[in-house]
Amino acid sequence: MSLITPDFGLLFWMVVIFGIVFFVLAKFGFPVITKAVQTRSDHIADSLKAADEAQARLSNLAQEQARMIEEARLEQSRILKEASESRERIIAHAQEDAAAEAAKLLDHARVEIAAERESAIRDIRRQVAMISVEVAEKIVRKDLGGEADQLALLDRMVDEAEQARKPN
Amino acid sequence: MIRMLLISLLLLADPSPALPVQDDTPVILSAGEESGAGEEEFDVSEYLFGHVGDAYEWHITTIREKEIAIPLPCIVIEDGIHVFTLHHAAENGYTLNADGKLVNARTGKRPFDISITKNVMGLIIDSILLVVLILLCARWYKRHDVLKEKPTGLAALLEPVIVMIEQDVIKDAVGSEYKRFSPYLLTAFFFILFNNLMGIFPLFPGGLNITGNIAVTGVLALFTFLMVNLFGDKHYWKDILWPDVPIFLKAIPIMPVIEILGMFTKPFSLMIRLFANMLAGHIMLLSVIALIFLSASMGPVLNGSMTLIAALFGVFLDCLELLVAFLQAYVFTMLSAVFIGLAHARPEHVTN
Repeated sequence: MSLITPDFGLLFWMVVIFGIVFFVLAKFGFPVITKAVQTRSDHIADSLKAADEAQARLSNLAQEQARMIEEARLEQSRILKEASESRERIIAHAQEDAAAEAAKLLDHARVEIAAERESAIRDIRRQVAMISVEVAEKIVRKDLGGEADQLALLDRMVDEAEQARKPN
Repeated sequence: MIRMLLISLLLLADPSPALPVQDDTPVILSAGEESGAGEEEFDVSEYLFGHVGDAYEWHITTIREKEIAIPLPCIVIEDGIHVFTLHHAAENGYTLNADGKLVNARTGKRPFDISITKNVMGLIIDSILLVVLILLCARWYKRHDVLKEKPTGLAALLEPVIVMIEQDVIKDAVGSEYKRFSPYLLTAFFFILFNNLMGIFPLFPGGLNITGNIAVTGVLALFTFLMVNLFGDKHYWKDILWPDVPIFLKAIPIMPVIEILGMFTKPFSLMIRLFANMLAGHIMLLSVIALIFLSASMGPVLNGSMTLIAALFGVFLDCLELLVAFLQAYVFTMLSAVFIGLAHARPEHVTN
C-alpha cells in the first residue's frame, strides 16, 4: 500500500524543501527572534535587580533617617539638660556671689560705723574737756585772789592736766 | 525505549478501527444499490485514499462532471529529463500503474520520478508561507527596539509560542547547550505545526495530508537523527558502544547491538507517531463526512439525520484535530530535544 511506503520523489523534495526552510529560518529567522527576546528578558531581570537594590537602598535611607532623627532628639534633650544645669549653676553662683558681696558690704559698713562712733566719742570727749576747762577757768578767775592761791592752783592744774593726758 | 515503541504501535493502531468500518460499509451499500436503481456508486476507498494520498494533479473539486484540478509538472528522469503534465503522459510514453504512479508504458518499470506532486506543491506553498511568516516576525525585531516597545502584530502572536517552546521544552530537555539546537527544533516545531494546521484548513492551499505522509515524517525524523548523532559527544558514543554493564553483556555484544538499534528506533518512533496521528485524524474526519454521501441512498430521513450527526462529529473532530496539530508538533519537538539532550553529557553525569 502506498500509504506506508515512502515515495522517492516526495522524499527527495522534502529533503530539499525542509533543508531550505531549515537553513533560512535557522540563519535569518529564529536566532533574531530568540536573541531579541533574550535581550529583553535579560534587561527585565537586570531592571528587577536594580529596582530591588534601589528599594533596599531606600529602606536603608529610611532607617538612616530614623536613626538620625533619634540621634537629634537625644542630642536635643542632652543640650536641654545641660542648659538647665548650667542655668541652675549660674543662678547658684550668682546667689553665692551676691551673698558674699552683701557680707562684704555689711562688714565694711560695720567697720565704718565703728570708726564713726569712735571719732564721735572722741569728739564729744574733747568738747566735754573744753567745756570743763572753760567752766574751770571761770571758777578759777573768781577764786584767785592771792599769789599763793594762784601758784597752788597752777600746780593742781598741771597735775590734773598731766593726769588727764595720761589715759589719752 | 520499549515503552516508546509500544506507544508508537498503539498510535499506529489508531487509524485501523476507522478503516475496517469504512471498508465494510460500501459492501452493504453496494449490495443495496444493485437491487435498487443502480445509481452511481460512492467509492469510499477511492474517496479516502484520494484525499490522504498523493497525486500528480491537485484535484480541488468536481462540478457537473467537470473536474477542477491544478495540473502539476511531472518530472521523470530516465535517459534524460522528461517534464510533462499528467494529460500528456501517454505522449511521452508513460502511464499510471495500479498504485497511481507513473511507469514506463513499454517496460512497466518505475522511472526516477521527482514529479512536483500535490504534496510537494503543498509543501512548497506551506514552506513559503511559513518562511515569510517567521521572517516577517524576525523583521519586526530588527526594526524595533525590544527594550522600548512591546511586540505587536505577528511578533505578538508568535513570540509567546517561540518563547514557550524554547524555554519550557528545548531548554529543559537539551540542557545548557540548548542554544545550538534551538533553531533546528524551532524550525521542526513550526514546520510541523504549520503543515498540520494547513492540513485541517479545507480550501485550496490547505487540506492536504502532508504531515500524515510517511516520506515527510521520515525526513523530519532523519534530520533529528542527524542532529542527535552528528553532535553527540564521546559519552554518548561510549554509552552506545561500551556501556557500563557487566562484561558478559559486552563480550557477546548484546548491549551495543541493542543500543545501536535504539539509535534508529528513536527517530523511527518519531516518524511513525507523527505520520499515524495525522493520517488517522484525516481519515477519521473524512470518514465522518463520507457518512453523508453513504447515506444519500437511504432516504431523506436517514440521510438528514446522518448529515446532522456527521456535521456535529465533524465539528468535534476538527476541534480535536486542532489540538492534535499542536500536540504532535509539540511532542515531536520535545522528544527530538530529549534525544539531543541524551546525546550530550549533563554536568552531573560527568561528575558521576
